[in-house]
Amino acid sequence: MIDPFLLSMLITILASGIRFATSYIFAAIGETFGQISGVLNLGVEGIMLVAAYAAYFVVLQTNEPGLGLLAAILVGIVMGLATAFLSVTLKAEQGISGIGVYLFGLGLSDLLFRVTVKSVQTVKGFPNIHIPALSDLPILGPIFFQHNLLVYAAFALVPLAWFVLNKTTFGLQVRAVGQNPEAADTLGISVARVRYTTLTLGGALSGIAGASLSIALLNIFQQNLTSGQGFIAVALVYFGAWQPFRVMLGCLLFSMVNALQLTMQVNRIPIPADIALMMPYILTIVALIFAARQLVIQPAALTKPFERGE
Amino acid sequence: MKMKPLDLSRFNAIIVPAIAGALGLLVGAVMLLVLGANPLDAYAAMVQGAFGSPNAFADTLVKASPLLFVGIGTCIAFRCNVINIGGEGQIVIGALLATAVGLTFQEAPSWLLVPGGLLAGFIGGAVWGGIAGVLKTRFRVNEVLSTIMLNSIAGYIMTFFLNGPIMDPTTLDNAIRIPQTQRLPVASDLWRWIPTRFHGGFVLGLGLAVLVYILLWRTTMGYRIRAVGFNPRASRYAGISVSRYQLLAFVLSGALAGLGGAVELMGVTHRLFSDGSASGFTGSAGFNGIIAALFGGLHPIGTIPASILFGALLVGANQLQRTIQVPSAFVITLDGLIVVFVVASQIWSKRTRRVTEEPARPVGVTALQKTEAAK
Amino acid sequence: MKRLTCVILLIAALALVACAAPTPTAVPAKAFKVAVIMPSAINDLAFSQSMYDGLVAVQKEMGKDKFEFAYTENMFNVPDAAAAIRDYATKGYDLVIAHGSQYGASLADIAPDFPKTAFAWGTAVDTFASKGVKNINAYTVQADQGGYVLGVIAAKLSKSGKFGLIGPIPAGDGKLHIDGFEAGVKATNPKAIVSKTFTQSFSDAALMSQAAQTMVSGGADVLTGTSQAVVGAIAVAKEKNVLWFGNQSSQVSLAPKNVVATQVYDWSPFIKQMVNNTKAGKLGGEVMVGTLKNKVLVIQYNPDYKLPDDVKALADKTVQGLIDGTIQTGVK
Repeated sequence: MIDPFLLSMLITILASGIRFATSYIFAAIGETFGQISGVLNLGVEGIMLVAAYAAYFVVLQTNEPGLGLLAAILVGIVMGLATAFLSVTLKAEQGISGIGVYLFGLGLSDLLFRVTVKSVQTVKGFPNIHIPALSDLPILGPIFFQHNLLVYAAFALVPLAWFVLNKTTFGLQVRAVGQNPEAADTLGISVARVRYTTLTLGGALSGIAGASLSIALLNIFQQNLTSGQGFIAVALVYFGAWQPFRVMLGCLLFSMVNALQLTMQVNRIPIPADIALMMPYILTIVALIFAARQLVIQPAALTKPFERGE
Repeated sequence: MKMKPLDLSRFNAIIVPAIAGALGLLVGAVMLLVLGANPLDAYAAMVQGAFGSPNAFADTLVKASPLLFVGIGTCIAFRCNVINIGGEGQIVIGALLATAVGLTFQEAPSWLLVPGGLLAGFIGGAVWGGIAGVLKTRFRVNEVLSTIMLNSIAGYIMTFFLNGPIMDPTTLDNAIRIPQTQRLPVASDLWRWIPTRFHGGFVLGLGLAVLVYILLWRTTMGYRIRAVGFNPRASRYAGISVSRYQLLAFVLSGALAGLGGAVELMGVTHRLFSDGSASGFTGSAGFNGIIAALFGGLHPIGTIPASILFGALLVGANQLQRTIQVPSAFVITLDGLIVVFVVASQIWSKRTRRVTEEPARPVGVTALQKTEAAK
Repeated sequence: MKRLTCVILLIAALALVACAAPTPTAVPAKAFKVAVIMPSAINDLAFSQSMYDGLVAVQKEMGKDKFEFAYTENMFNVPDAAAAIRDYATKGYDLVIAHGSQYGASLADIAPDFPKTAFAWGTAVDTFASKGVKNINAYTVQADQGGYVLGVIAAKLSKSGKFGLIGPIPAGDGKLHIDGFEAGVKATNPKAIVSKTFTQSFSDAALMSQAAQTMVSGGADVLTGTSQAVVGAIAVAKEKNVLWFGNQSSQVSLAPKNVVATQVYDWSPFIKQMVNNTKAGKLGGEVMVGTLKNKVLVIQYNPDYKLPDDVKALADKTVQGLIDGTIQTGVK
């Protein structure tokens, strides 16, 4: 028999881990598309912040989480297009332009917040969905079936992304462009068009990631609301070796370890919080070592701008 | 691609980013108008704040110092095609070790403590950079990712020590509300040009920039570092151990960033403190230094004026906040805009550079490719 | 080296512009000018906002023509803050407040250069008088007092007897608040289960939110916390409908149904004291400790939350006891 105290801790860790994996999953899956097509978008964090603000502001005005989500997606698309313009058309150095987009998003979201909202307020975001029967199950109910719409959407996105990347012509094009843009170009695939598409898609998903924080998980906005989640999402794509399901596992691992250390602190099990907070990062490095060992097929043209006839 | 006269293209390398930066300021001006501020007054305040008085200029140089250290380290790394974006963590670990020296040898004389602290910072940064280097060369872990992770880990290591072993013992009695050490012994202070805050660290940075220039362009080792960055495959055929030089580039660039951390500690803050993240101590110098290096054409000498310009931008931006009372968020937005514009403009400055001098290797060719090549 | 020459020319040109740039017009004389440097934003509903609100209150009282203030926010980084401190002093501000513990060393360096300017440093208790500095004041709060009162109220209101306390790091006024809260809870309900969590971040609202949710799932029905990141936790209190006790700045607006009371730091008495001291020529050396007694710590109740009369009476009695010394929080 399991000790009821341990059981309740376990439920808390799993439920909280699943819930807080949401924003990582949206951002990381979006980033996966970009990276497989050969573009490293380090600006995810900036897109998330502006989108989080936009969603928050719209919900504050209208009380409609759906409209807020829409606003976030629009912001994500616009900033995704801008990223594509920078890295595809202008062939800007991706790591650095990403940091620029991040700084821009960090500043702009806070600036808009200061001008339009002034002080922190809560909003009514996506409510938790009560599924008859399932939500009331013991143990499984609280872990899996008491979340809001965006949590489920994030997990539903994973198989969808896998399908698109592996079973559709578009997915094939994306991988071809990331693996060997010259060859793809000779076959008549427009490298620029594919990369614009993946970055715009990635931008939209980053936008949803931001919205999931401001109008579903936290229901607030504050300066630097994301505090580094976008960067972690970028790293988790490598962690997951560009495969949606493994990326999802990385996201879950990350949020679970956080949930674990918080639960331990809350339950007065003494652990040095700094060491615990360090664990996900160390685990990611370890995972990167294993990923490299297994000779994962990596997008060969990642971060390399495509120039015809080079 | 047309050949252009040599001097004109060199001129391009400086004029293109300058125009781009100006465009960034122009967009910023529009935002200032929206915020209800007069852009001319605002930018005048910025320039005033950065260069308007000896003290202001000293502050600019102080702000530029860590950027310079990170920047010249970045020159070594990026020239070797090693994308070290771990400056933040390397600064922190360097400062942490320098702190340990200062706290351990409270009674030591200045002539021991200052070099000792700087050396500790150098070693700390070298180790932290070296970890990413070993991960890359031995375990084929992409350095962009490993350095991002190592930045966070360094931040937590710092708070771990600040919350325990090296916490200011008077923290509770003195009502200190953030984790910090006690003030380091005065003997560890770098030379300072009183009454300004200008300290000897910047001079040290200038000297090191020259040294790094000599290293990269006047020694065999430097030639090999650049050769590995320029074409790893050819270097391997030429008998150069690619992984050894990549590791070396990592260690050196990390060491310089760590030294920058020690300089910041012993020249400015005189104590280590944190808000829980690395940037609480560094002020994002680990990232800004990279941008300064790119601005300076990945050349150590070019990095000197570039880091002064960026230092001026940051100091001036703070002045802007004070004079016009625009939210500090505007300053960050402007910073981001300028970075984006300058990076985007590289397509024009790079094109000319390529035909004239040996290319500053585009940062873009990643570790992934090199790991492919290494197989 | 042509590139270098160009850049040097550019810098020289900028320097020329700087010299030619118009200096900001001087403000009308007579107004007392205060400048404050803050580590986070003025709207953080926490430490920085408490100072901003205090300045606004003093300005309202003294009049805009008699009292002016300027602020620089988000200056966690010490070199930036030091530049700001020096700049304000140069511009002739009468009182420069360095509102962050990390600014101490820089302040001690700068203050002697401006013997006619008054400075203040908080939260801290060192005025550097031992080093011969004469123009620095220090201020802090005994936040354990207010925390204790809130803890007593919380213990009376809680049904589960489980309490969640969240802070960024175990130091400073945040730790005092949390420890005081715990002492108050334990004094009222010795069987209470109190769990404390530190997230190691002043700004990560998501982590605070996750910590709060973990506490609520563990059965806690009363939460309190400190730092600007608690807004994440307050949103949880609102969503899960548990009680919240605030710290530093009034946080009622975030969850009007759930915030019972807040320990507000009202710095205005200290600001006024320093204004008067400065006008009288005493520029530093004052150590000011905020307590319930000198009304720098204020228990601010949420008018929309119906506190039972007996609990309110007990709270008032506790406040009185802490003021006259018959109750000690026992927090060190």
